[in-house]
Amino acid sequence: MERTYSQINEKIKKGEAVVVTAEEIIDIVEKEGLDNAYEKIDVVTTATFGAMCSSGCFLNFGHSKPKIRMSEAWLNDVRVYTGIAAVDSYLGATELQYNDPENRYFPGNFKYGGGHVIEDLISGKDVQLFALSYGTDEYPRKEIRTMINIRDLNQAIMVNPRNCYQNYNVAVNAHKDRTIYTYLGQLKPNMQNAVYATTGQLSPLLNDPTYRTIGVGTRVWLAGAHGHVYSQGTQHCSECERGDNDVPMEGAGTLALTADMKKMNPEFVRGVSMRGYGVSLALGVGVPIPILDKEILKATCVKDEDIYAPVIDYSHEYPNRNPGIVKKVSYGELKSGKIIIDNKEVKTSSTSSYSKARKIAILLKKEIVEGKFLLNEPFEKLPSNQGFMKLEIRGGKK
Amino acid sequence: MKQKFLLCYPRKRIKEPTIYYLVKHYDVIPNIFRAKVTENQEGFMVVELEGEEKNIADSIAYLKSLGVKVDTFEKGIRLNKDKCTSCGLCVSNCPAGALHIPDRKTMQVEFDSDKCIECRACILVCPFGAIEDVLNDNQDATI
Repeated sequence: MERTYSQINEKIKKGEAVVVTAEEIIDIVEKEGLDNAYEKIDVVTTATFGAMCSSGCFLNFGHSKPKIRMSEAWLNDVRVYTGIAAVDSYLGATELQYNDPENRYFPGNFKYGGGHVIEDLISGKDVQLFALSYGTDEYPRKEIRTMINIRDLNQAIMVNPRNCYQNYNVAVNAHKDRTIYTYLGQLKPNMQNAVYATTGQLSPLLNDPTYRTIGVGTRVWLAGAHGHVYSQGTQHCSECERGDNDVPMEGAGTLALTADMKKMNPEFVRGVSMRGYGVSLALGVGVPIPILDKEILKATCVKDEDIYAPVIDYSHEYPNRNPGIVKKVSYGELKSGKIIIDNKEVKTSSTSSYSKARKIAILLKKEIVEGKFLLNEPFEKLPSNQGFMKLEIRGGKK
Repeated sequence: MKQKFLLCYPRKRIKEPTIYYLVKHYDVIPNIFRAKVTENQEGFMVVELEGEEKNIADSIAYLKSLGVKVDTFEKGIRLNKDKCTSCGLCVSNCPAGALHIPDRKTMQVEFDSDKCIECRACILVCPFGAIEDVLNDNQDATI
């Protein structure tokens, strides 16, 4: 018999819901079978923790006396976007600090940027606001320099256009002698190492490959705060190569997430410095999957061994948008610490933290069991047959 | 026996070949992990001495007689567990196997300081600044 969101929520409220993580469910179904497990389990928790560049936040500073309409502003010397109302701003995770030497002395170190400001704010640290304005009759102030704290802001709302990539590339460097520096870390020449980027069998969208329960409106755990999916994520591409289990074998769906930053836990919001690449933000996300029917349950039993990702050369093929891949490997192989390419062992590592994701899946499970986290039924599905547009260069003013 | 030391040389001793005397007169095998003359023209060296217990003690007495400050020293590199997220990016860049993932089920990164050769490769690849140089030897600071 199928279940509904409200039935599951009633059980959660009564403290009777049976919740397990996407890791635990694998063994349970293997031992007890799908039918028996379905009778018992109400919710499976999934999670990920990793760098998600398309993240940022809207901040409202409140009004100074006299008032200012900020036309340019910086937080700890990191530029925020102010092309919105007077004291509203958007701080992006990959924005660099003013005067950062970038890659002029290659590879740059990128010690501090937008992601780090977000981490500092959530940690409760004071952050310096500096802003300029041209001055207007109702907003006469032309300059302001003051310390601010997240406590004193009217709103600090994280709004991330793209999180939780459903699968991702495994990066290698096929160049003969040059080390390259990418958003997947340092890649040594001759494919001496490979770097992957999702939490595999724990990752939210890999446990709901056809978006049966994760959609617009789904309640999520975002760095400890309760937020939701507000849209498909940017670059959401559901039309992709999929395995027999419907699981994408390349980057596919994405989620746009939002939550109140004032309620976040700094352990799960961390500034990232990628040498030679730039700054970013590592985020922890947990997504509950309600077990409405057996198909949904079956999808959550996906194992690392059954999820494949493409190995791609980041020295030439990726930057030139060439379609070629080196081979496909499973997360089982990737997580073992080495994969085989051309009969040669290649060491693997990850930019996502499986161990933090495990912790998040357990924290979310605990919140649901204790009746503190209820599920939302999505009010709109994620697009299921959507491709990926390319940017073809044409015309333009000279 | 083997023992690791941090030696801090005063300015007047930085030009002297003290390691040569250790080998020559005290019959110890020095294995130098790191050495540097700082901007203040003082020097430091992280060195492991191997040999008879008495010879190591005599070596240290000799160094102290020169005004060299000698500290027993375990870890030149430290993993700050509060900052580490266990992503594991360092693991494939550690040539000594000091940073490793002992349990592939939990995927928790651990640091075995005995294996660390202080090459500092991990410091450059860690996105979270979680690997710290106890000596604050900022060799690779950008301008």
